[in-house]
Amino acid sequence: MDLKYTDEQNAFRKEIRDWLAANVPAKPLQSFDTAEGFEQHREWEKKLSEGNWGLVTWPKEYGGRGCNLVEWLIFEEEYYRAKAPLRVNQNGIFLLGPTLMEYGTPEQKERFITKMAAGEEMWAQGWSEPNAGSDMAAIRSKAVRDGDDYVLNGQKVWSTRAVFADWVFCIFRTDPESSRHKGLSFILVPLDTPGITVRPIPQLDGLPGFAEIFFDDVRVPLENRLGGEGEGWNIAMATAGFERGLMLRSPARFQETAKRLVALYNAHRNDILDLSIEDKVVKCFMDAEAYALTTYQTACRLMKGGKIGPEASTNKIFWSELDQMMHETAMQILASRAELLPSSPAAGDVGTWLDGFLFAQSGPIYAGTNEIQRNIIAERMLGMPRK
Amino acid sequence: MDFTFTEDQLLFAESIKDFLQNEVTPESIRESWDSETGRSQDLWNKMVELGLTGMLVPEAQGGLGMREIDFVLIAQECGRVALPEPIVDTAMVVTPLLKDLVDKDPRCVSLLEKVATGETKVAIGHAANDLVSDAHIADYLLLTQGHQIHLLAKADVDLEAQQSVDPSRKLFAVKWEANDETLLINGSDGVGLLAATLNRAAVGTAAQLLGLSEKMVEMTVQYTQDREQFGKPIGTNQALKHHMANCAVKNEFAKAVLHRAAYTVTEKPVHGDFAVSHAKLAAGEAANLAAKNSIQCYGAMGYTWECDLHIFMKRAWALDKFWGHSGFHKYRLHQWLMNPNAKIGAEMTFGEQA
Repeated sequence: MDLKYTDEQNAFRKEIRDWLAANVPAKPLQSFDTAEGFEQHREWEKKLSEGNWGLVTWPKEYGGRGCNLVEWLIFEEEYYRAKAPLRVNQNGIFLLGPTLMEYGTPEQKERFITKMAAGEEMWAQGWSEPNAGSDMAAIRSKAVRDGDDYVLNGQKVWSTRAVFADWVFCIFRTDPESSRHKGLSFILVPLDTPGITVRPIPQLDGLPGFAEIFFDDVRVPLENRLGGEGEGWNIAMATAGFERGLMLRSPARFQETAKRLVALYNAHRNDILDLSIEDKVVKCFMDAEAYALTTYQTACRLMKGGKIGPEASTNKIFWSELDQMMHETAMQILASRAELLPSSPAAGDVGTWLDGFLFAQSGPIYAGTNEIQRNIIAERMLGMPRK
Repeated sequence: MDFTFTEDQLLFAESIKDFLQNEVTPESIRESWDSETGRSQDLWNKMVELGLTGMLVPEAQGGLGMREIDFVLIAQECGRVALPEPIVDTAMVVTPLLKDLVDKDPRCVSLLEKVATGETKVAIGHAANDLVSDAHIADYLLLTQGHQIHLLAKADVDLEAQQSVDPSRKLFAVKWEANDETLLINGSDGVGLLAATLNRAAVGTAAQLLGLSEKMVEMTVQYTQDREQFGKPIGTNQALKHHMANCAVKNEFAKAVLHRAAYTVTEKPVHGDFAVSHAKLAAGEAANLAAKNSIQCYGAMGYTWECDLHIFMKRAWALDKFWGHSGFHKYRLHQWLMNPNAKIGAEMTFGEQA
């Protein structure tokens, strides 16, 4: 065990720090859930790509830097430290990208990965349906073969970024006789295809962060299927593994929030009457630290050939509940100004805590609710009986 | 950056785990409750033979010359079986302190040699604890007074036995008198050694708490598979699954914190107190939740003397308060974090890098 960065790692940190200092926009971008903000973030993705900082962990052959996981952690630490824009294409680069690398044909990799890496095509996710939420195997949207095409019919919901994205990766039922996990296929669909209607769904902040997508005789070529016909479930599970595992929620984000929370507490400490607040601030900081240490330990283990096991389900519970606790504590500190939007004249230093607080409410719900995660932990990690 | 244990460290811990699982069972622990000392000399001899008492003793004094990070996984295994013998205090607390005193006092050299060979046992008192554990089987006691550390033969102290809720714990109020002969070290050197001792002991205790916590989850999961109500195992109920899943989350996120603390006390980088207190709190919180959720899943059985759960539960309750209770460790975290000059941020997780 050696918990010191190597000279190369320190040099890597300096390189990214310098690049970000020179390139991160001075003025924060608008929310990517607005038309204008989405385009601003698309430009930022292109800029990252030009600097070859868009996809540090991707292999070099796909336009990445081939960084190992510790380098990825360092990159993320610097990224959040520099307050660089959120990644508008995270569905693409963190979920679909690794899935394409594993299951895509050479033509699919060439076609989709290149444009994703260049920051040119933005992706939405289309899995959930009105009657297939936590019970994802209940998917009913259909893809029926017709010549060289699939004809798609049905409805997807809670599709993040679908309002402004270019493509959506979906799961459809290709075998009408099948049920549950069998007979599903993973299909990539351009969102401007005739027959598609995207109905924006405003989120808690009033912005259309996700959407319903209606498919009415939508035709896509067979080669838009990722993996074999009927293998959609397994591929989706692999994708969800990327989502739940390391890649989507790097510790740096929570450490940065924890650091801001300490600063917020210090700025208000003379006005705080609730003695438990300081304890919560310390607890938040420790838990963010614990999340970072655990991620580093996992990353180092994986670099030595270890595998991610069912214990990865504990990650999602830990970070989502930590995110809630941090923002709840910030709201308590901000007290009667906590409800104010930053645009209010009296907002003062409320900053983006309210945005973060609203977003934190979604953490325990998306990517498999925390109740589902607890079932997975109990059954697959601890071995408790299903029936 | 390498946050993993070596193959050797993992293999050795695995072999000690197997040894302890065979030697230390709920049955053997219950038997020890009826014995005079509550301790087994036979088991101690075997552990000496495996090199456990001498692991952190320098090679010059007949030990293995290893370090705290080499012992932390073994301390977890000692907790997992609720080992009554004070091997963690001996290997991870007493011998590193004696090692630091080798140059100051020749008595420490011979003591180190004899602890490694198993000839002598040494108990340790510290201001963090009101009482001294395992003083009754010790030949010598390391005792503290202010900034001073003293060495006394057992014959020169008065022991008053106390009774713990955990029948395996043997605690003593010690009456003794300091004199020039008993004094090993004084002044600022003493302060540093006492602080280092507390940190090592807190890490060793945190490791045992994590082992206990994992053990309680494991045995409770087994119980929920075996016990049936309404015609099916009670473990099929989501409420019980979530009780256990919550424990698993706490355990998983205490591990790296503990191992960082063990690394920190080994290397003594700048923010050692923070890392150690974090580990003691995280492991204590995990073990307390495991105890609470386990007894709930066991139901009335968990409230009985007959059920083995209390062997582990009571040890967890006790160790959570030993070598720094949660108030002490939280206070240290508050002092560290709320200092306006605290160097915090993701890039500081592993301290300042050169």
